[in-house]
Amino acid sequence: MKILCAVKRVEDPEQKIKVKPDGSGIVLEGMNYKPNPYDEIAVEEALRLKEKQGGGEVVVVSIGDASFVTEMRHALAMGADRGILVKLSSATDSDGAARLLAKVVEKEKPDLVICGRQAVDDDQGQTGQLLAEYLGWGQATFAAKLESLESAEEKNKVPGLQIEGNTVKAIREVDGGLEFVQVALPAVVTTELRLNLPRYASLPGIMKAKKKPVEELTPEALGVDVAPKVKVRKMSSPPARKGGTIVPDVATLMEKLKNEAKVL
Amino acid sequence: MDFQLTAEQIALRDTARKFAREVMAPVAKEHDRTGEFPHDVIAKGFELGLMNMTLPPELGGLGLSHVDQALVAEELAAGCAGMATSMIANDLALLPILVGGTAEQKQRLVAPFSEKLRYTSFGLTEPGAGSDVAGLSTTATRDGDSYVLNGAKMWITNGGVADQYTIFATVDRKAGRKGITCFVVEGRPEGLHVGHHEDKLGQRASNTVALTLENVRVPARNRIGEEGQGWEIAMATLDNSRPLTAMFAVGVGRAAMEHAIAYAKERKQFGQAIANFQAIQFMIADMAAELHAARLLAYEAAAQLDAGQRNTLVSSYAKRFAADTAMKVATDAVQIFGGYGYSKEYPVEKLFRDAKLIQIYEGTSQIQRLVIARELLK
Repeated sequence: MKILCAVKRVEDPEQKIKVKPDGSGIVLEGMNYKPNPYDEIAVEEALRLKEKQGGGEVVVVSIGDASFVTEMRHALAMGADRGILVKLSSATDSDGAARLLAKVVEKEKPDLVICGRQAVDDDQGQTGQLLAEYLGWGQATFAAKLESLESAEEKNKVPGLQIEGNTVKAIREVDGGLEFVQVALPAVVTTELRLNLPRYASLPGIMKAKKKPVEELTPEALGVDVAPKVKVRKMSSPPARKGGTIVPDVATLMEKLKNEAKVL
Repeated sequence: MDFQLTAEQIALRDTARKFAREVMAPVAKEHDRTGEFPHDVIAKGFELGLMNMTLPPELGGLGLSHVDQALVAEELAAGCAGMATSMIANDLALLPILVGGTAEQKQRLVAPFSEKLRYTSFGLTEPGAGSDVAGLSTTATRDGDSYVLNGAKMWITNGGVADQYTIFATVDRKAGRKGITCFVVEGRPEGLHVGHHEDKLGQRASNTVALTLENVRVPARNRIGEEGQGWEIAMATLDNSRPLTAMFAVGVGRAAMEHAIAYAKERKQFGQAIANFQAIQFMIADMAAELHAARLLAYEAAAQLDAGQRNTLVSSYAKRFAADTAMKVATDAVQIFGGYGYSKEYPVEKLFRDAKLIQIYEGTSQIQRLVIARELLK
């Protein structure tokens, strides 16, 4: 089985993100980056499926300039077999990314694509769905694990997704509960936080990743126009929070929620 | 000159940092309290390749450069210096074999440590021979095709959990440093007595014991190098490990600084965060500048080893400066925390206690100054 995972570079959410004074974007100077945490979960799930089946291939795809290889190498150090970097120095949006991925998928012909449910930079959460649409494939979004992340299943690295014949079974987190879906392969799955706990990149893994092949492609060669369709008009920091107040009793709280906050 | 880390180095550092934060730090306080050996933490570290970092690929190691090792050392020490000391103790004990051993000895006595988690200890210091290494009095007497060892060793890291010991003894007490010889004691042979775990001020997670050797028989094939080469081997080992010890200090100091910065922003006095006061700002500024200087010294000492150069001078600069800096930074961090810094409820008093040991072990700050002066005045 061949599984393709998309891995995106994101700004390290642990640092303070500052918006440029003119609101045209965020300050990138001195920025630290890391792989999108949801994408790490995607890679982990792919590796577990491969291990369970006793074979197959896990290919990771990134879109960005040459420096994005750092985050791809992280996925290779976790255990992915090889990488594909679609070289892009300009900005694109979820749609551009999905169109590029669709072309890579046509070329690679994987049985399954696993993406993070969203990237933690601008939290669009659309690429996986758009990709499935452009490919005409089935999709299972927000896949989670039935058992908790403290369970024995998780400790034993049991995958949350199940490959059954020519289908993948996934448990989706939806409003008000869980939804069990079965999708014909090939398919696109996007990962929820509660699907697995991704492994560390071990030191031997990191050293091995150096030698794993990374193929470079370009949007031109793939025939995709990546010009963003979404225009960011302005970015601004959220307003500073005003201090809270302590209410004497529940009755006052209800009264305030109803009349002041108007949320009830 | 290139101060940029490679993508692999960033990856190594990030794995070590994540391990320090998620695996070491959450249990560091408890191990500090009890002094219980952190087997589980170290076993996880071993799985990730964070143990035996100095081994070459032909012995099952990763072939990390000395700069790579230094990066990892800082992160581990930032998680818990005591655990980091126990994690790196194998390297210190195996380096003499890597430095002075034959190919056969390396395969037999070093390679097995990369296969499964085992501990080995470096035994140089004695009750009466600390800084005065050449004054050691453990004797080795040749008897047929073996040696008989007698004496006592002190402050032996991981000695209580180890099943192999690298022991320095003299074949001729009158010969001074020219009599010192290096031996590997395998297992727990008859006559090797392991003392109680020392109840230390800091780095309490690391196991530290005294050893007594009473007619311990060591086969001659476990002698590393020739008779009388032990001093050279010990010094070459310390040249290798000094950049790592310096990075331990940087790690402890950095942890103290990070706690101090976070606390200074949070703690309010006179109606505002104490971070607004210059008295606090200056302490933090000095911490950052001095830690960075210490880190760069350690990198240079490591880079010299990678280039095959002698690093005695720069590695002594690094060890001396980094250890003293860590102590100063940790002291100031306690100061910034004020009364809370003196309480075990908060993390900086542990760092203050942990830092102190780095000024003492692997050559005190005073010995480093002597080495530096000797290099300059020779």
